[in-house]
Amino acid sequence: MNVKDKVIEIIAEQAVLEPSDVTMDSTLEDLGIDSLGLVESIFAIEEAFDISVPFNANEPEKSDFDISSVRQIVQGIEKLVAEQHA
Amino acid sequence: MKRVVITGAGTINALGHDVPETIEAMREGRCGIRQLEFRDVERLSISIGGQVKGFEAEGRFNRQQMTLYDRFTQFTLVAAKEAINQSGLEFIGDLAARAGVVLGTAGGGVSTWDDNYRAVYEEGKNRVHPFVVPKLMTNAAVSHISMEYNLKGPSFTVSTACASSNHAMAQAFQMVRTGMAPAMVTGGSESMLCFGGVKAWEGLRVMSKDACRPFSANRNGMVQGEGAGVFVFEEYEHARARGAEILAEVAGYAMSSDASDIVMPSKQGAARAISGALRDARLNPEDVCYINAHGTGTAANDKTECAAVADVFGTHADDLMISSTKSMHGHLIGATGAVELLACIMAVRDGVIAPTIGYEEFDPECALDVVPNEAREAKVDVALSNAFAFGGLNAVLALRKV
Repeated sequence: MNVKDKVIEIIAEQAVLEPSDVTMDSTLEDLGIDSLGLVESIFAIEEAFDISVPFNANEPEKSDFDISSVRQIVQGIEKLVAEQHA
Repeated sequence: MKRVVITGAGTINALGHDVPETIEAMREGRCGIRQLEFRDVERLSISIGGQVKGFEAEGRFNRQQMTLYDRFTQFTLVAAKEAINQSGLEFIGDLAARAGVVLGTAGGGVSTWDDNYRAVYEEGKNRVHPFVVPKLMTNAAVSHISMEYNLKGPSFTVSTACASSNHAMAQAFQMVRTGMAPAMVTGGSESMLCFGGVKAWEGLRVMSKDACRPFSANRNGMVQGEGAGVFVFEEYEHARARGAEILAEVAGYAMSSDASDIVMPSKQGAARAISGALRDARLNPEDVCYINAHGTGTAANDKTECAAVADVFGTHADDLMISSTKSMHGHLIGATGAVELLACIMAVRDGVIAPTIGYEEFDPECALDVVPNEAREAKVDVALSNAFAFGGLNAVLALRKV
């Protein structure tokens, strides 16, 4: 499973949706994922890819990690996987 | 209903090993948050905290005591000694039979859990010390205070996360007010600055890596602290009859539950606790000059708390002062309300308002007088102390100048 599919699977599980209902343009708000759900998703992503995601729930917009849409999240994870598993 | 006054105070925390040191640090706006020092700290992404430094249990307590006293119990004993000595009370006869101890703690003996899990899981040992259970239990501190000072009345531990101490002190206040006990020892203690204790908090991703900056637009989370605050609450006539020094009067309290979310705070729940405390103490909103905020430095708490204060106080919200001393001593979790009550005592007794240090940038969502960075002199008749816990459990105390 590639990074994109795995991230979508994790997000879908958190949102209690089918992976097919999650598009790259979806935002977390669209999917009904609140801040606690986001923190849980990030934990699941870190576990799945064995990476560390720089994310502070107090300043999501200031984090290096962009969560504005599923696409941004997937791209961010791809970058972190490449960096941390280099 | 009887009047209730505070006749003794004791503490140990990152700002000082007793009340005078702590009050002086609050007055000077000193920061007690530093690099954490304990085993495996390098495996944490959060490496700062309001840790008590220069406190050696060895030498204070004998070998037998050390096998029974977790660090949170050690802190409690140190703070209780100061408070009870100051009060001048000796618990004998009827006073001993009726006076008890009610303390708050969120975690109890966290480092005892941590050390012993490490022994059995990491080191593969199959045997632990026989006193692990009596050392880590959340009521251990209460029991040791009770034994040390012969307090035989109602005694128990209250655990409501970050509001534990305020709930405990509210309960002790109620016992003295109703005449159930002539005096109560109360407050709280916490010591979770160990690898497991900080690692658990790290998981929530609400911790700051650099500083606790409550109400500042650039705040980025909370910083943990540790320590204890212990007080003697005494019936007013009882205190007066023996000529005791009175630090402040406990005027009232209220408790509420948000009944909404396990971590996100609620404006309504906080507002109900604040307005309830005013009603209980028969105060008008205009009587309140100072609020010691819960002020954790998280995005969610600070804006919610300011909105709750604005709702309850209306235009008077702009006239009162509200500060968070967590910027200096960190968030002592279950002990935090007890240590923060010292800032309220300083306000009503000394007329000095502790500042919110580390304040850098105005936040329109926290547009109150947060006493940024420098202490201020002011005549304060009434001060409130807020505590809003995870789980949505709130407790607010009102202190009055005597």
